[in-house]
Amino acid sequence: MDGEIELRVDGRRRRLRVDTRTTLLDALRDGIGANAPKKGCDHGQCGACTVLLDGRRAITCLTFAVAHDGTEVTTAEGLADGERLHPVQEAFLERDALQCGFCTPGQVCSAIGVLDEAAAGHPSVVTEDLTGPVELTDDEIRERMSGNLCRCGAYVAIVDAVRDGAR
Amino acid sequence: MTDLLRTRVLGQSPRRVDGPAKVTGTARYAGDQHVVDPAYAHLVQAEAARGVVTGVDVSAARAVDGVLAVLTPDDAPRLASTEDAELAAFQSHDVAFRGQVVAAVIASTREVAREAAALVRVEIDRQPHDAHLGTDRDDLYAPEKVNTGAETDTSRGDVATALAHSPFTLDQTYTTAWYNNNPMEPHTTTALWLDGDLALYESTQGVHTTREAMAKVFGLDPERVHVIAPHVGGGFGSKGTPHVHTVIAAMAARAVPGTPVKLALTRQQMFSLVGYRTPTIQRVRLGCDAAGRLASLEVDAVSQTSRIKEFAEQTAVPARMMYAAPNRRTTHRLAALDVPVPSWMRAPGECPGMFGPEVAMDELANACGIDPVEFRVRNEPDVEPESGKPFSSRNLVACLREGARRFGWEHRDPTPRARVESGWFVGTGVAASTYPVNRTPGSAATIRCTGPRRYLVRIGAADLGTGTWTSLAQVAADALGVDFADVELRIGDTASPKASVAGGSSGITSWGSTVVAAAEAFREEFGDDPAEGDEAGAEMPGNDAGDTYAMHAFGAQFAEVRVHVDTGEVRVPRLLGVFAVGRVVNPRLARSQLVGGMTMGLSMALHEHSVPDERFGHVVNHDFAEYHIATNSDVPHVEAHWVEEHDPHTNPMGTKGIGEIGIVGTAAAIVNAAHHATGVRVRDLPVTLDHFL
Ligand code: FES
Ligand code: FES
Repeated sequence: MDGEIELRVDGRRRRLRVDTRTTLLDALRDGIGANAPKKGCDHGQCGACTVLLDGRRAITCLTFAVAHDGTEVTTAEGLADGERLHPVQEAFLERDALQCGFCTPGQVCSAIGVLDEAAAGHPSVVTEDLTGPVELTDDEIRERMSGNLCRCGAYVAIVDAVRDGAR
Repeated sequence: MTDLLRTRVLGQSPRRVDGPAKVTGTARYAGDQHVVDPAYAHLVQAEAARGVVTGVDVSAARAVDGVLAVLTPDDAPRLASTEDAELAAFQSHDVAFRGQVVAAVIASTREVAREAAALVRVEIDRQPHDAHLGTDRDDLYAPEKVNTGAETDTSRGDVATALAHSPFTLDQTYTTAWYNNNPMEPHTTTALWLDGDLALYESTQGVHTTREAMAKVFGLDPERVHVIAPHVGGGFGSKGTPHVHTVIAAMAARAVPGTPVKLALTRQQMFSLVGYRTPTIQRVRLGCDAAGRLASLEVDAVSQTSRIKEFAEQTAVPARMMYAAPNRRTTHRLAALDVPVPSWMRAPGECPGMFGPEVAMDELANACGIDPVEFRVRNEPDVEPESGKPFSSRNLVACLREGARRFGWEHRDPTPRARVESGWFVGTGVAASTYPVNRTPGSAATIRCTGPRRYLVRIGAADLGTGTWTSLAQVAADALGVDFADVELRIGDTASPKASVAGGSSGITSWGSTVVAAAEAFREEFGDDPAEGDEAGAEMPGNDAGDTYAMHAFGAQFAEVRVHVDTGEVRVPRLLGVFAVGRVVNPRLARSQLVGGMTMGLSMALHEHSVPDERFGHVVNHDFAEYHIATNSDVPHVEAHWVEEHDPHTNPMGTKGIGEIGIVGTAAAIVNAAHHATGVRVRDLPVTLDHFL
């Protein structure tokens, strides 16, 4: 069974027909050719498919495309303004917070989600004061970035990059 | 001896050339390449560990709308070569391990391919299988050689007598687990046949090795196989040798003429189809005098291989060159089992093989009451112990000393279980790292002037995250005597001259030497002011320094471990490594390689463990929910440093490989620190909390 949906992907409006079993990730990649989100596990276990959905970070492999009619999707590609990288992307480059780069688009989207969530005062499991504003300590960054696996082991640099990106 | 390249760009830290494409997600991996109207293939795997396929019922699968073809052992086309049993897809009805591919469905969409694959009914006449690895087997055998072509067994002196006369001895057995490489990018192939030529977008560590393997399997002239892999989402060895899915993708594309086929393994399928690190059992026997000098050193290593294709992990090899001891012996024995085919995983041999001995060194140092750093220093050999060759350079002691200084080792109270902080036992430990300087012959490169101050360097090398796009361009710039920005590198494509596989940390040694030779040929022919269109090339030159010298990189790793007093939870708040790896091409990228290796070593120590179920012959925890790799919050602080090292023998750049040494020794350092923290000696990985309760 198919369904018709409309998405806004990296600022462009896209209409497409999808199998109702098609995940949002496959719709983005196979349907639209938006290849920045990656499929590392297809099971919600690695974070490689992370994008910003209506501004919030979300994994796209565990949700069906048909459930997202009218959604605004921002991938790592859409974060850059042409050649001009988003400050978080710039920090990833400077800190060399990547090696193979396969987890990186997801890490970058997740990092932007982390910065927004912290700015909005959302606590995490390591937040001590649940009432005040959140200070993005390294512990906070590590905890909040732990949904994005990196097999190349770039974690230490990723924390540096997110810290820099927060400035 | 080679004259070392004069460096200007080498040693600088330009950012990753491929970085902007990677942080924006526009770098194209095998599954991202645009092809017109592809079909999708999905695999069906055997659910028995041994048997014969007696029937494959594809009627229900074929009835699904959108199914284009189904491949089975009954009707799949014959391959030209089945010499490599791992690659002989559908060529026989025999099932040799659970998870072997027994059918493939090709359909117009991913969803249909997957649905139809689930409808394929495979009847298997099951036979008793054997997936038990243990030293209790009576059919362990000595392979002819072990991986890298090293001797299976070696012996010098008289270990039995030396051990009997040693005042301090150790005889312990250590085990490392089954590990799956699990690069973040699942193995993916996009295949297309065009006028009898096969084109592959592939996740591979070597486009030319893939080309040769596929040419052989399909009986093609290698020139008719085109392999493209500009970016690879990690490999760690699992993309170093060809695996069966590439063959199946090509067969699938042939079954739907004119249509490109995409085949991506699922994370689960990767646990049986793309190699893994065999579990190892290492019996280590050491004897030393009261001053801590080893008189005797023995390692007997046992690992598994598959019945259809032998892989002999060279676990005992590092013990042959690490420490001085007049009497020494190493052996390798294999159990051939009905299991998936093991293969390379980051630092095969050295990674598991430096676990047992480096923990044993800690145990024996403690027994003698000698500091473990000092204990290692006392056993430093003058020449490579088994070969008698001098080292081209060996700076283990410098690494140990520098690491101890940076880590703050001198303030360490050696008493185990002496320090408790806020409910955590705290301890520190050390272990050594090593990795050989490997070179793989067979590469070639061309250099072409494409305009004023523009040089195009072509070689079929690979970048798996290792930094080749950047570091090899740095080598080229210095070899040509031009700026980094003047060089355009083209790698990851069989359209470029042949290159060896990215494996054994041999990339920069092999490809770099080749590029330097090409630059020399270019400058000789055209001088330093070439005209547009001038082109020259060269093949990798020989280097016989290995006949005279033993060439290895070394390192020392220090770990702080905390073990929770009540729960036994284990954390590693700090890891510090110091390495001696020759010249460092790009410090920014090199640090990532070394830290990344250490991080994977931490992951191996604490988390990773593929759990085989002998009753069924497969790994039961075959996804990231259950096969745990270290996450960001598991890795608070890892630092890597290096000592200055001048080695004129390894290659014209004076480098040693750095992709693998980082993972070597990490697990031992952590186990040794855990012992210091708790007094409990763990000899079996991973270091889980139950060891401390
Ligand atoms: S692919 Fe979505 S979380 Fe792994
Ligand atoms: S950079 Fe390779 S998985 Fe993160």
